[in-house]
Amino acid sequence: MAALDRVQIAKVGKRYGTERALASVSLELRAGSMCALLGHNGAGKTTLLGVVSTLVRPSAGAVTYLTGDTKVTGADVRREIGLLAHASLCYGELSATENLELVAGLYGVPANAQAIAALLDQVGLDPRARGREARTYSRGMLQRLALARALLTKPSLLLLDEPFTGLDRGGALALGEQLGALKAAGAIVVVVTHDLEAIAGRTDHVAILRRGQLVLEERTEGRGAYSYDDLKDLYHRHAS
Amino acid sequence: MLRHAFRIAWKDLRIEVRSKEIFATMAFFGALLAVIYTFAFPRDDAAVRGAVAGMLWVAIAFTGTIALGRAFDRERENDTMRALLLSPVPRLSVFLGKAMAMAVLILAVAVICTPLLALWLNAPLFAYPGELALAIVLGVVGIAVVGSVFAATLLKVRSRDVLLPVILYPLLVPLFVAGTKATASLVALHPNLDAAHYWIGFLGIYDAAFLVLSLWVFESLVIE
Repeated sequence: MAALDRVQIAKVGKRYGTERALASVSLELRAGSMCALLGHNGAGKTTLLGVVSTLVRPSAGAVTYLTGDTKVTGADVRREIGLLAHASLCYGELSATENLELVAGLYGVPANAQAIAALLDQVGLDPRARGREARTYSRGMLQRLALARALLTKPSLLLLDEPFTGLDRGGALALGEQLGALKAAGAIVVVVTHDLEAIAGRTDHVAILRRGQLVLEERTEGRGAYSYDDLKDLYHRHAS
Repeated sequence: MLRHAFRIAWKDLRIEVRSKEIFATMAFFGALLAVIYTFAFPRDDAAVRGAVAGMLWVAIAFTGTIALGRAFDRERENDTMRALLLSPVPRLSVFLGKAMAMAVLILAVAVICTPLLALWLNAPLFAYPGELALAIVLGVVGIAVVGSVFAATLLKVRSRDVLLPVILYPLLVPLFVAGTKATASLVALHPNLDAAHYWIGFLGIYDAAFLVLSLWVFESLVIE
């Protein structure tokens, strides 16, 4: 299956009972681009990531995944998605290596011991911890394992919800660099974060949600990436 | 689809072998029930023959509920159910894998409880071991299938521990009736094999019907 090169979110709404989480959100995500999805707590960012990840069914509207002009659906879409969520999505009773072996098996990705070790090196998980059960990991170690899990399948659509949480400054900078590299390699990267500094200089697409509504969508359109000051200014002007 | 289901079931069993948390709780509870029954009922042959089928199926029902609740709680702890649903494997494989692991765990406890009841109550549970084993296997498969659908559906519900038995048991009543009737027919003073075969057949039909229904509704129930 070819990589996704566009995701069209068209008038997506989501209600939980009488509570409106999203209201008619339309957005286009493109390959080789990093979208910063910003907004205050409860603005609907995580719900929107859930809808794009196929795990939350929208109450209205639709999300279309495209490779060229061909629509991609079902398992072919899920194969292309890497998700880093609030929770680690890893089993505490399995080690880092066992967790990644399980994911590789489910995705049909060839991943031998060396490939897994190289990936864990890349995310900076201490080699001494890799054979230990993941429930003994610190928050930062779990976050690194979760990132390795998301990257293992080489996704063309990477959805990251607060990816810098629990990482020290060095880890956050290294992650920022990795995300930049993925974007340069042609992936669609969507980052939900409040850490504007970590994504500054890499984000070329900003979407701001307020109370479930999209209040700003803006791209640099080939003019590099947003600086920290640009992001801070956009956030303060539109998020509140 | 089955290959992925086996992989998911294997993962669950591997975690359980490592933690022994669910199996130990189930086995302890099952053995405790057997002890209570042993002291609560007179060692009268007729009374034992009349009651042992119910005792066995109550033990299977209660230990099964423990397994279902805890095994799906485990998938909630790090949101790993979402990870399974996000993977490209057919979502029905996720259901089948979970149900298979559940069935193995409940069967393992039935393997402990059945001889304990037979031994302590001097009940003739092994008069027709083939038929009894078939009834138990079909009953356990039914509990695992129906239970896995609802345990997965209730994963995000706060009062799931209360709701699971409330929703599950009414649906399982026909299965428990059939299991108890089949077992009672086998342990009666004058065993009625025709009746036992009828109720075992009923269990087979129940399993097939609920398996088809579960495969049909699982995906729509687990996606938010």
